[in-house]
Amino acid sequence: MTAPNPAELRAALDERIDETAGRWLDEALTDIATGARAIGTLFPAAGRKCGRGPLVDDAAESGTLRTWSSEDAVRALLLTALPSTGSELGTEISALYRYGDAAEKRGVLRGAGVLREEAELVDAGLPLVRDALRSNDTGLIAAGMAEFGARHLDAPAYRQGVLKCVFLGIPLRDVSGVPERADAELARMLTDYARERSAAGREIPNDVWLVVDPAQLHPAEEA
Amino acid sequence: MRIFDPHIHMSSRTTNDYDAMYRAGVRALVEPSFWVGQPRTSVGTFVDYFDGLIGWEPFRASQYGIAHHCTIGLNPKEANDPRCRDVLEVLPRYLAKDGVVAVGELGYDAMTTEEDDAFAAQLELAAEHELPVLVHTPHRDKEAGTRRSLDVIRESGIPVERVVVDHLNEVTVEAVAESGCWMGFSIYPDTKMDEDRMVRIMRGYGVERMLVNSAADWGKSDPLKTSKTAHAMLAAGFEPAAVDTVFWSNPVGFYGQSGRLRTETSALGDGDGTTFAGNSIERGKR
Repeated sequence: MTAPNPAELRAALDERIDETAGRWLDEALTDIATGARAIGTLFPAAGRKCGRGPLVDDAAESGTLRTWSSEDAVRALLLTALPSTGSELGTEISALYRYGDAAEKRGVLRGAGVLREEAELVDAGLPLVRDALRSNDTGLIAAGMAEFGARHLDAPAYRQGVLKCVFLGIPLRDVSGVPERADAELARMLTDYARERSAAGREIPNDVWLVVDPAQLHPAEEA
Repeated sequence: MRIFDPHIHMSSRTTNDYDAMYRAGVRALVEPSFWVGQPRTSVGTFVDYFDGLIGWEPFRASQYGIAHHCTIGLNPKEANDPRCRDVLEVLPRYLAKDGVVAVGELGYDAMTTEEDDAFAAQLELAAEHELPVLVHTPHRDKEAGTRRSLDVIRESGIPVERVVVDHLNEVTVEAVAESGCWMGFSIYPDTKMDEDRMVRIMRGYGVERMLVNSAADWGKSDPLKTSKTAHAMLAAGFEPAAVDTVFWSNPVGFYGQSGRLRTETSALGDGDGTTFAGNSIERGKR
């Protein structure tokens, strides 16, 4: 549930972007920090200016950066440049999310995990996570279940989030907090889900075995 | 055959249509914002609609291996409703978004002064944001409406190569061809234009600056009309290269002027609609 820090993001990004994009990013970071330009005008352009592909090469890499795209990393860095703190920062990220396209919303959800943790920021960020988890866009849901969401969602919402990921085919290894937050109730929910699939003669997603004990799938037969 | 539908209202279509379009060769499309059948009564409903065009709808399209872009604008019909006029205020926010490749649909419905104002204001926004413009021509009094649209475009000073004038027919094509604007045609089951008439027009005017679309929406329309017209062109003796010009190079050339066109997501689709293209996350089978 520990998000990459800004230095890690920048280092990975520098492997990905050319000099022009790097310059754009440096100027954007300075302008946001000094208030010369509003983050709202820079946030939408992150993908256009710095690319959109995966942040790191190896799709099999197990590190936290594996699920990040270059534009996610750029947007997270832009957030870290904001001079505001507390509820003011919360208001700014809420506006970026509200007025953002799907990619910008993902940037806010992932970026929130990189920012210094503050109670007011958590209060502002949680409704955004819940909004994302209500959607059916797998990219948004996965970002909602990234580090920030995984750290701050309460247990019922976190369990529902994990179940929704399994339901939509989002790999659980991309979901932050598994296995640390996988409790008995989540195991029960996923076991029920696996039973339902089994009863329907449908394939059981492999991911459920990260949480479900196969022996519990057909307890009657075991007895 | 690769197809780019330069004008189709996917929000009113089903995922079965996306599937059928992919199978017919559609790999990219542009969804212009327009009227939605039921008149809207507030800016809020426009905002939710625009958010769908840069949010849910591109996601839905990507699941079927199709790259989705949109145009954003206040349509002429609703420009007449004072409750919707403030939509003009929120447009700049959307014109900055990645998936937005033009301003539109603009133009005339009943040629009122309110429509004049909204048209001119949005042509200015297009110039500011360096975006192409999609101009709708009216269903009624079409020829006069087309001429008046061309006058407004000329007066605005926007470069003509950045404007497409859409829904043309045998009567209105000539003036648009002469203007230097791109010529748009909507192929409908039995109204605006059909495949064979389209082929005849292309015999007369060639394939340069021609954009042929299905304009499919919630009315009687067919999202495969692009493919059907392409086949009608081949049957009429057009070379495959000419078909590719009309159904791929032209829309890429026109909307590419935005600098925001992305057609690469289409290459990532696996053809059976089960991979979420453009993202490393696999969608799996539900």
